This record gives sequence, structure tokens and C-alpha cells, in this order.
Amino acid sequence: MYLKLKERANIPKLEKSKKYNTMKSKKINDYFWGYLMILPTVGGLTIFYIYPFFKTLFYSFTDLGTFGEYSIVGISNYIRLFSDTEVWMSLKNTLMFTIISVPISIFLSIVVATLLNSKIKGLTIYRTLYFLPAVTMPAAIAMVWKWLYNYDYGLINYILSKFGIEKIYWVSDPKIALYSIIAISVWSSVGYNMVIFLAGIQNISSTYYEAAAIDGANSINQFFKITIPLLTPTIFFVMVMSLIGAFQVFDYIFMIIGTSNPALKNTQSVVYLFYRSAFELGEKGYASAIAIMLFVIIMLITIVQLKLQKKWVNY
Amino acid sequence: MKKDVHKFKLNYSKILVHLILILGVIFTITPFLWMILTSFKTLTESTMIPPIIIPKRFCFENYKDAVSTLPFLTFYKNTIISTIAKTVGQVILCSMAAYSFARIEFPGRDIIFILILSVLMVPGQIFLLPQYIIIKKLGLLNTIGALILPGLFSAFGTFLLRQFFMTIPKELEEAAILDGCNHFRIYWNIMMPLAKPGLTALAIFTALWSWNDLLWPLIVNTSNEKMTLSAGLASLQGQHLTNFPVLMAGSVLAIWPMIVLYIIFQKSFVEGIALTGTKG
Repeated sequence: MYLKLKERANIPKLEKSKKYNTMKSKKINDYFWGYLMILPTVGGLTIFYIYPFFKTLFYSFTDLGTFGEYSIVGISNYIRLFSDTEVWMSLKNTLMFTIISVPISIFLSIVVATLLNSKIKGLTIYRTLYFLPAVTMPAAIAMVWKWLYNYDYGLINYILSKFGIEKIYWVSDPKIALYSIIAISVWSSVGYNMVIFLAGIQNISSTYYEAAAIDGANSINQFFKITIPLLTPTIFFVMVMSLIGAFQVFDYIFMIIGTSNPALKNTQSVVYLFYRSAFELGEKGYASAIAIMLFVIIMLITIVQLKLQKKWVNY
Repeated sequence: MKKDVHKFKLNYSKILVHLILILGVIFTITPFLWMILTSFKTLTESTMIPPIIIPKRFCFENYKDAVSTLPFLTFYKNTIISTIAKTVGQVILCSMAAYSFARIEFPGRDIIFILILSVLMVPGQIFLLPQYIIIKKLGLLNTIGALILPGLFSAFGTFLLRQFFMTIPKELEEAAILDGCNHFRIYWNIMMPLAKPGLTALAIFTALWSWNDLLWPLIVNTSNEKMTLSAGLASLQGQHLTNFPVLMAGSVLAIWPMIVLYIIFQKSFVEGIALTGTKG
């Protein structure tokens, strides 16, 4: 079929005048199909995404409650945001979660990807196993980690006891719980990022490495002088996506930290606070203001990253 | 002689690579093994110190308990239906829009496309409340439709496929245009077969995201009859707070279909994820 069509592709040059005559009707025809084919998606996105965006912006200036009745309250939701310690705490938790989990995950993924790129046996098996968490439901991941973290019968406390380390309240000690959640997040994201980095590494031309080998560079040198610099576009992509994802962390915290957990205030993320305000406490207007705040923060961080990329990304 | 030394050194470094990778694998799969092993233990066995690694007798009681506390079969049905509907819907709708954005010229195209891109930048929670209110007004709360509806439309999918279509050479379509094919036929008969890697990537993304999504199903469907596996697990946790063998059985029930799919279509999964990284 390909060849047949290719043969036909040579015909137009001979029939140029005919093509010109039909230009106008072709244009109208183009408009018709152009609009028709984007209609379902653009319509759906408008109703379920673009309109809701402005609606949330509007709600953030109201006291919308559980049953949908509201009155406009001006900027009082935003004033409350700034004086609400729970909001500040959730911001701090989310920020901590992000700045610790994202770099560790990226670093480990690059290491695993580099190792998998060396010519060794069993590559497919390793890749399969490392990728497993990426296809596993976060709710189930949270559940098994909660069990591993269990104070009395958890596997982790037991293994640590073998090394003479005392039992730790992994998910209910306010000083520790956030780090326990971070560990789950790193564990679950390494395999996914690794696949992206592996593709990036495999795109690097082998001539660079051959030249370096002739110059006598060892593998550590090659890693820092060739792999990392040439991988910066991929690192940038993964970093932007991971930061956006990390700022929206919800599933693990929701599943592991119940509302009666003493570590709630020290682990609650912005999205968790949003969820609780909107659907448990019935303060939908205030929750909208929280969502808008999250949007502004993510936007700012993404813009800063785009500005900074010139300084370190090699295209 | 010199060659032999070199060979030995090479093997030595390979062994080191294997050792590091195996250590990583142990960290990665221990939680899975522990989940499966615990799901076959009795409650007393699971709380022994030192822990029993392999249960004396593989008991299926926990699976029975999980299935009898909550309607898992219904969860499967809801999750599968909504996942298939969203995946098929997105692949068709997004590819159609993507074709139009990539290939057809019409007034306002670029502005509309930028508008869609901006949806991509906004965190999903922003849309949540109004989406919930729309679904409520449509009388769709606690229906499978509620699970599907907003997820049929995707800015991400449209963007991904548009980028993909841009990389496909135009000459094949030009021939078809001269043959008098309309745009829909070109899209359906020529572009779709050529775009298979892109479509597969989107399908995998959508299926994974739909299967695993927690927040949206948690909000719109609170009745057991219309819950997904993910939300079902949250509710199982509410009822068996510390009975971890039952919770692990529930988790195994919730994750195995995706893992089986992944093992069968491994190549597509990995290539799909890699595609978004290199095309983004």
C-alpha cells in the first residue's frame, strides 16, 4: 500500500492547474473538517476543564458550601489562607516532599539506567522488575508499605531490630512520617523515570564514548563528562514533570495517614488539605482558594524552571 | 596474556554492575513478595515475631474475607468498563483532534491549540469541584458514567498525538488528497495505521491512569455498587483497619490485572513511556 500511494504522489506536478481551480472549495472543505474533528475534544475540554477552571476561580471568592448555595465574600478566603497555619504547614510538607523526593528519584533512576545500558545479560528481566511499581495502583502500594512500616509486626522494624535498632513509629511519629512517605514515593517512581532516562541514554551517539575511550577516559569520567551533559534535556523533562506531580501528592498520604493520625499536620499535603476542606469539611469556597493557590505555585515553579533551563540544559 | 587480564577485569566490573542491580531489585520487589506472602497467612501467623516468611499452609481465607466484605466482582466490572471506555474514547477523540491540529489549516487553529496546551499546565484539582458539581447536576453521581465522562477528553493526549503526527511525512496524504479522499478518511485510513506507536503510548497511559486513579472515583462514587478497585481498597481499609492479611489480599486482587497486562505488553509499555520522554 505504501508503494502504491507513493507512486500516486508523483502525479500532482502534472495536474497543477486542476489543483489551482479547486483551491477555494478545498479551503472551505478544510475548515469544515478541521472544526468538526476538533469539536468533541475541544467541546469536552471546554465543558469539563476550561469552564471549571474559571468556575473554581469564581468559587474561591464565595463561601460555597456542601449543597451548592453561596454568596460572594470577596477576598476573605484568601485572607484566611494567609493566616491559616494548616495551609502553611501543608505547603511546607508539600515543598519538603518535593525537594527531597524528586532529586533522589532522578539520581537513582539515572544510576539504574546507566547500569542497565552497559552490555550485560538479563537486561530485560531487570527492566521488567524495576518498572513493576510504575504499573501498580498507588492505593495498593500505600497499603503494603503501611504494613511494612507497622510498628509491632512490620518487616522493617523487625529487620532493624536485627541490627540493634529500636522500633520506630514510621507513619505516626510527626518527625518521621513525612520521610516514610517520601521513601514510598522514591521507591515507586524510580522504575518509571529509569525507562525515560534509558531511552535518553540510548539516544546518545556512541561516537562520543568511542572518542572518550581513545582519549583514555574511564567509565566514571564518561558518565559525568558525556552521559550527564548530553542527558540534560531528558533530566529537564523528567524534573518538570516530577515537580508538577510531586506538588499534587495525594494518594499515599490519604491512604496511610488517617485523619486521626498524630502525624497528620506534619504530613498533610496541599491536595489532601484541599480534599478534606472540600469533601469532608464542606468548605468548598475555601477549598477553591486552596486549589487556586496550588495552581499559582505550580505555575511559578514551572516558569522558574523554564527560565533556568538555559543555564544548565544542553540542547 | 595481556588480553586475559583485560577480560578478567571486564568481568569483574560486570559482576559489580549485577550486584548493584540485584540489590536494587531486592528493594523493588520485596514489598510485592511481602504483599503476596502476607495475603496467604492467617492473622496470627502475620503477627508472629520473628516473622514467618512462607506461611505453613497457603490459606485463601483472606481472599474470601475481602470478597465477602466488599463486592470485588462489581469493582472489577466498574474499573474495567471505565478503563476501556476512557482508553478507547481518548484514543479516538484525541487522535481526531490531533490530526486536525497537525494537518488541517483553519482560522483560529493555533489559538485553540494554545488554549488546550494551557489546560495541560493546570493541576487537576482545580477542575475537581466544578466537575463534581456538573456531574451532580447531570444526576450522574454514583454511576459508571461519572467515572468516564471528564476522562474522555484529554489535553495531554491531544498534545502527545499532535506532536507524533507532526513527525509523520506528509507525502502519503498528499496522494490521498488528490485522489479525492476527505480528511476523515485520510485520518482514519492513512494516519491511524502510521500512528500506531503514538496511539499505543496514549492507550497505555490512559489505561494505567484510569485503573489507578483514586481521587476522582472517591469523590463521585461513594456507593459500593459503583466503586472502582482503587476506591474499594480505601473502603476496605476503613473496615479492616489492622487486618493486614485481608488488606494484602485486597491489594493483590486490585493490582494483578495491570501487572499481567504489563508483562504481556511489556515492550509497548516501555516504548510508550520512553516516547513521551523523547517527544516531550
